[in-house]
Amino acid sequence: MKRRDFIKITGAGAAALAVGCTSGKKTPAAGTVDEGPEQMVYRENPKNGDKVSLIGFGCMRWPMTRNAEGRPEIDQDAVNEMIDYAIEHGINYFDTSPAYLMGQSEKAAGIALSRHPRDKYYIATKLSNFSNQSPEASIRMYHDSMDQLKTDYFDYYLLHAIGSGGVEAFRHRYVENGMMEFLNKEREAGRIRNLGFSFHGKPGEFDSLIALHDSGEYHFDFVQIEMNYVDWTHADGVRNANAKYLYEELDKRGIPIVIMEPLLGGRLANVPEGIARQMKEREPDRSIASWAFRFCGTHPRVLCTLSGMTNMDPLVDNIKTFTHFKPLTEEELEFMEEMATQMMEYPMVNCTDCKYCMPCPWGIDIPGTFQHYNRSVTEGTYAQSGEQKNYRKLKKAYLVSYDRAVETVRQASHCISCGECLSHCPQSIPIPTELARINRYIESLKQDTL
Amino acid sequence: MLKKLRVVLAVIFWVGITLLLLDFTGALHGWLGWMAKVQFLPAVMALNVGVIALLVVLTLVFGRVYCSVICPLGVFQDAVSHLGTLRSKRPYKYKKEIKWLRYGVWALFVVALVAGVQAFVALLAPYSAYGRMVQNLLQPIYLWGNNLLAWFSERAGSYTFYEKEVWLRSLPTFLIALATLVVIVVLSFKGGRTYCNSICPVGTTLSFFSRFAMFRPVIDTEKCKKCKACETHCKAQCINIGKESQTIDYSRCVDCFNCIGQCKFDALKYRFAWGRQPEGDTPSGTFARTGSRSDVEEGVSPSGRRAMMAGTVVALGAAALKGVEVRAQEADKKTDGGFAEVLPKQAPERETPLTPPGSKSVKDFYRRCTACQLCVAECPNNVLRPSTSLEHLMQPEMSFEKGYCRPECTRCSELCPTGAICKITKEEKTQYHVGTARVNRESCLSASGRSNCGKCASICPSGAIQMVEDPETGYKFPVVAEEICIGCGACENLCPVRPISAITVNGRLQHI
Repeated sequence: MKRRDFIKITGAGAAALAVGCTSGKKTPAAGTVDEGPEQMVYRENPKNGDKVSLIGFGCMRWPMTRNAEGRPEIDQDAVNEMIDYAIEHGINYFDTSPAYLMGQSEKAAGIALSRHPRDKYYIATKLSNFSNQSPEASIRMYHDSMDQLKTDYFDYYLLHAIGSGGVEAFRHRYVENGMMEFLNKEREAGRIRNLGFSFHGKPGEFDSLIALHDSGEYHFDFVQIEMNYVDWTHADGVRNANAKYLYEELDKRGIPIVIMEPLLGGRLANVPEGIARQMKEREPDRSIASWAFRFCGTHPRVLCTLSGMTNMDPLVDNIKTFTHFKPLTEEELEFMEEMATQMMEYPMVNCTDCKYCMPCPWGIDIPGTFQHYNRSVTEGTYAQSGEQKNYRKLKKAYLVSYDRAVETVRQASHCISCGECLSHCPQSIPIPTELARINRYIESLKQDTL
Repeated sequence: MLKKLRVVLAVIFWVGITLLLLDFTGALHGWLGWMAKVQFLPAVMALNVGVIALLVVLTLVFGRVYCSVICPLGVFQDAVSHLGTLRSKRPYKYKKEIKWLRYGVWALFVVALVAGVQAFVALLAPYSAYGRMVQNLLQPIYLWGNNLLAWFSERAGSYTFYEKEVWLRSLPTFLIALATLVVIVVLSFKGGRTYCNSICPVGTTLSFFSRFAMFRPVIDTEKCKKCKACETHCKAQCINIGKESQTIDYSRCVDCFNCIGQCKFDALKYRFAWGRQPEGDTPSGTFARTGSRSDVEEGVSPSGRRAMMAGTVVALGAAALKGVEVRAQEADKKTDGGFAEVLPKQAPERETPLTPPGSKSVKDFYRRCTACQLCVAECPNNVLRPSTSLEHLMQPEMSFEKGYCRPECTRCSELCPTGAICKITKEEKTQYHVGTARVNRESCLSASGRSNCGKCASICPSGAIQMVEDPETGYKFPVVAEEICIGCGACENLCPVRPISAITVNGRLQHI
């Protein structure tokens, strides 16, 4: 509570500052980083001249509380506070989906956003028809989104997560049920101002989808891709495409790009110590996360970079990054590539905590287990051998923190490898295999056979 | 001075044993484990001749100091009776020995011990009674305290304290522990050592030796002014200051030395009195008359020396007999996040109970175990809990709803003071076949074609489970190699079928 009050006060101060900024006055910033223009950076959508803030609010990682019946529920007060602060500071792009946060994201976004004039922000949501592709269910989902978001038009509307399965999967989810026809009509009617898709998949799958655009069969106003300095050239290329390839392909065609996972689910905000030190040596006053955002923002075809902010702290930091925006130099881009190479040395799981795999029918906390494992690797509380001199300490730290992070009955040891999760993972992580790998590691700690 | 020494030693033992029974981390048992192993009845069950001889010699030399120092139930009663004495300046007075009760209970106890009616043994044995109270009543409080520290520890980013689940392992045992506490507190608050001198079979056994102790409190009848200061402060109520004779019943004296400091006339001293027959109502006389009168004491000769020998013979005979015995969501909308409900597991029916690795056989385990709950209090995997079956009431058994008997853990075997669970290493543990898994093919996910599970086969630490194909249905189902399976319960615990697992472990009678 205290922290929140503090943020409110500082937020009000910053808001006053922002007002000063938009009026064009050059006041020195409160933070230590004071170079660059003190104004939110906007990118123009060539199609209709939308001025979109370079940072967008991803509505997928909001804080949850428990309601009176003990069920998880979005903390609406926290969401209202964050959205108010975001709008005050110039963020005008909000990205949600009917599937996010156990299906509660759109409603919470609608409540918070409808307290502001509709022309102050752009809404992006998706047709997340994963489990039922019938026209009725899909159209109902479309209209439900409008109701939940309390609007009669969408600024940006996405076919949710296509790529895996290529054109066939796309046709099955959107063409055979008539949804493309429906959505095109909605676009003509102005209820969808921009129609695009979010992509997860292999390079070949991307090629086949973008070929539909090239041939004129379907027109996409924008495309959402996963992009960050690690995925730029280090996506494995087998299950996921390199962001560099996707970016260049879209750039060639002049299609605006919205970026997701600029931080890899927070992993690029909390990097291993050795990497963090090198970043801090260069920019002692900028956060680790700011490097990842600057990497994305440096690329001109990027319309908006989404960040799934969980609380006020990253929001304040990200606004700072984008109001004092400083693109990376050529030399700095090379440095980022070097950092990405170093990141690849760590045995982390490529999980972004998007929770698409959840709920696991057997109750496993898949992202919780991966996040805990990644955190231990990043923070160095990860024993590598029984011979290590602080092995006992590391062992206890791993096992105790694991029990704290993940309930015993939801731990990796209970995974039965049914494979239900596999098709849901946008990162194409072989989830059961990775859970088994982590469980083997835990067993070797418990049995001292590491 | 003597009293101070007694109190200091008693507190050390008492705190040590209590901590041993509370500790769940295993950090203390290397240091304090011996305190459980020097308890009289566990030593008898373990056929630990060295400890038994030591305790007998200790009693023969110094009297029943065991009851005042080593026995945690005795020290606990002293603490309670101390509170009781605050109500009055002269809290006690001499009471006659309740012979029928004392020797009757003792005889029944020996019979129960020999016949293997362990629930009765555990009910009365002082260390078992104390362990039961600590594990059932005090350990939960200790764990909640620990969990509070763990809560702070978690917020401080420290791993020093970690949470430990508090759960009721057995309702009957909990209720018996509660009843034990009430009985002990009531008896000791009002009557000091009434339990020790009227019921406790270990106290009675030691009394056979204490009446011949080399050192004992002795009243100098010349100096005694018959002020009864000693008598009124004797919590064993065994000092009788009469007009004619002033005697102490050494069979009941626990050598607490409370009386020594009370005498203002220098008439009461703890000193060497070997072979000296106290005047008046001698303990040997008492015993002799008891022997001739009591039905249950047949064959015990009236002579003191022979009575003592008989006592030894009976106690050690019981031990030897034991030795003989022992040998022998919405459908159309997939949303992200949230958790599927996980039902708690329920214990299946087990025809043969599961006893821990280190126990040679089910029979041997239940014959030796005195149900002190030390292993139950320590088990880090929440596997051990007191049995609720009438036959083995309060004695531990294994079940796998909350965890399984992990391959690296040998804690209960390191702790068991009775030899019911022999000390084993990790490697030796794999030699103990405590049970065998069996598959219920109707509820098994894989056998019924509901999922391609195979969990049990993939995690079996012994490699005893394989998936084979049913030629008719084409589904794979697990089969267990009985000779390789050791009954650790990993399969049962991790089986996704709930509440009752599709693969369950049934106990084996012979473990090695």
